[in-house]
Amino acid sequence: MSLLADIFTIVAVTAGLGFFLAGTAGLLRFPDALSRLHALTKADNLGLGLIVLGLVPQAGSLGGALKLVAVWLLALGAGGIAGQMIAQIVNGRGKRAVNGGREG
Amino acid sequence: MSGPLLYGLAAAALIGLGLHGVLAHAAPLRRVLAFNLVGAGVFLLFGVGARRGAAAGLPGDPVPQALVITGIVVAFAATALAMALIRRLAILRAAAAGTPEEGAAPAAAPPRETR
Amino acid sequence: MNATLDAVLALMLPVMALFSLNARDERSAVIGFMALGLLLALAWVRLGAVDVALTEAAIGALTGVLLLGAASAAVSVAVPRTGSPLLRGLLALAAALVAAGVAVIVAGAPDPAPSLAAAAVAHLGALELGNPVTAVLLAYRALDTLLETVVVLLALIGVWSLAGEGEWRGAPAAPGGTASRPVVLLARLLPPVGLVVAVHLLWVGADAPGGKFQAATLIAAMWLLVLMAGLRAPPELGGARLRGLIAAGPAVFIAIGLAGFLVPGQFLAYPEGWAKAAIIVIEVALTASLAAMLALIVLGPGTGERRT
Repeated sequence: MSLLADIFTIVAVTAGLGFFLAGTAGLLRFPDALSRLHALTKADNLGLGLIVLGLVPQAGSLGGALKLVAVWLLALGAGGIAGQMIAQIVNGRGKRAVNGGREG
Repeated sequence: MSGPLLYGLAAAALIGLGLHGVLAHAAPLRRVLAFNLVGAGVFLLFGVGARRGAAAGLPGDPVPQALVITGIVVAFAATALAMALIRRLAILRAAAAGTPEEGAAPAAAPPRETR
Repeated sequence: MNATLDAVLALMLPVMALFSLNARDERSAVIGFMALGLLLALAWVRLGAVDVALTEAAIGALTGVLLLGAASAAVSVAVPRTGSPLLRGLLALAAALVAAGVAVIVAGAPDPAPSLAAAAVAHLGALELGNPVTAVLLAYRALDTLLETVVVLLALIGVWSLAGEGEWRGAPAAPGGTASRPVVLLARLLPPVGLVVAVHLLWVGADAPGGKFQAATLIAAMWLLVLMAGLRAPPELGGARLRGLIAAGPAVFIAIGLAGFLVPGQFLAYPEGWAKAAIIVIEVALTASLAAMLALIVLGPGTGERRT
């Protein structure tokens, strides 16, 4: 049972790290702000989600596992909202350039 | 090389960089940041000492840790006071130069600057 | 494995500091400084000081609001660098010498270091506490904590006294620019969670990492978030209730300290069997006062505006 849990942890955390790696590569290499943002949210949401999922069997207690999930949910909320804010600024810039300075 | 020693060396580097920043930078905000770097380095030295003093089943000596917690809050308060002084200085300089503050500060500045 | 992590973290600290000091604009410098704060929090965990890591991470949020606000205002006083290349070279050399000296001292310092850990643990039972850091903060070295609270209060008074003529009783300017809808959503979603976490941190601080500083910082950050979103207006600084809240923490601390003269016979000594109760009362009062003070320090001096 514990071996199974360990294997699950290794697989899930490795997958999560893969998402983080891909997201970081995208953040550094993608050409414009919106696609960089796209890469970043994948790392945040899926990468962290998979790592949390992988760590849940190792938490030892229900409280600990729930805390891990709460961390993921908080990061999801913060990441999503920060992404919206950055996208709004990017969009505002684009619109202003098109509309000649009018607030978008 | 042991872990605490690595952080001790990082602390020494932070102190050196901060000291240089305080002396070499002319912009007030950078000076405050640099001064905080010196503070962070000193706190980290406390942390190294605390870690090396691990005993009685604790991961570190709690006395320096408690001192650092107090220090972090005091450093924050001092930084905030410095920031308020910098802002006041900006307002006074703008008033002395006779330029409207809107022209000197970017659009993101809070509306207080207009007074 | 762990040594690699330590090495990478320890290397990242000065690299981030260099970035922050030499960034092109003030905003980048501040963001670099905030990233350094998060790295420092990780370093504190690696050094076994989870209480400090929590404080560092929590205060980072307030520092961010404070410095980013100042970064946009500080541009107008930016002065170009001065000094000859020779002088600058000498400065760099002197700073490098200081760093090298500190490094030599650290490398040569005794390891294991002289420690008060055993002495701190010895009396935990009498205090009914499980977290030795809390015991140091509120029992062994309670005087430090009292003075620290007073320092924060003095800093707040200092900030307030920088208001313009006749404006100091008014409300400070709201932090941040115009709030966008995502910020409003965050300011509605996060504060309930943040307050629960703060109360949890305060309560478990007796036995586990956490305590009043971390809780107070978190509450202050939640309040600032609500103010940034424009859901509430900043309070008028002349209000009696606000000032009462600020004064309550230090006043309770000093009152309990003075009461120590009566029963055990010394300032800040707790009567036998009542230590835990006294510590809880002090912690709750200090949390409320510190939260208000830390948020108000970030908000800055009054602007004379009367908000409705």
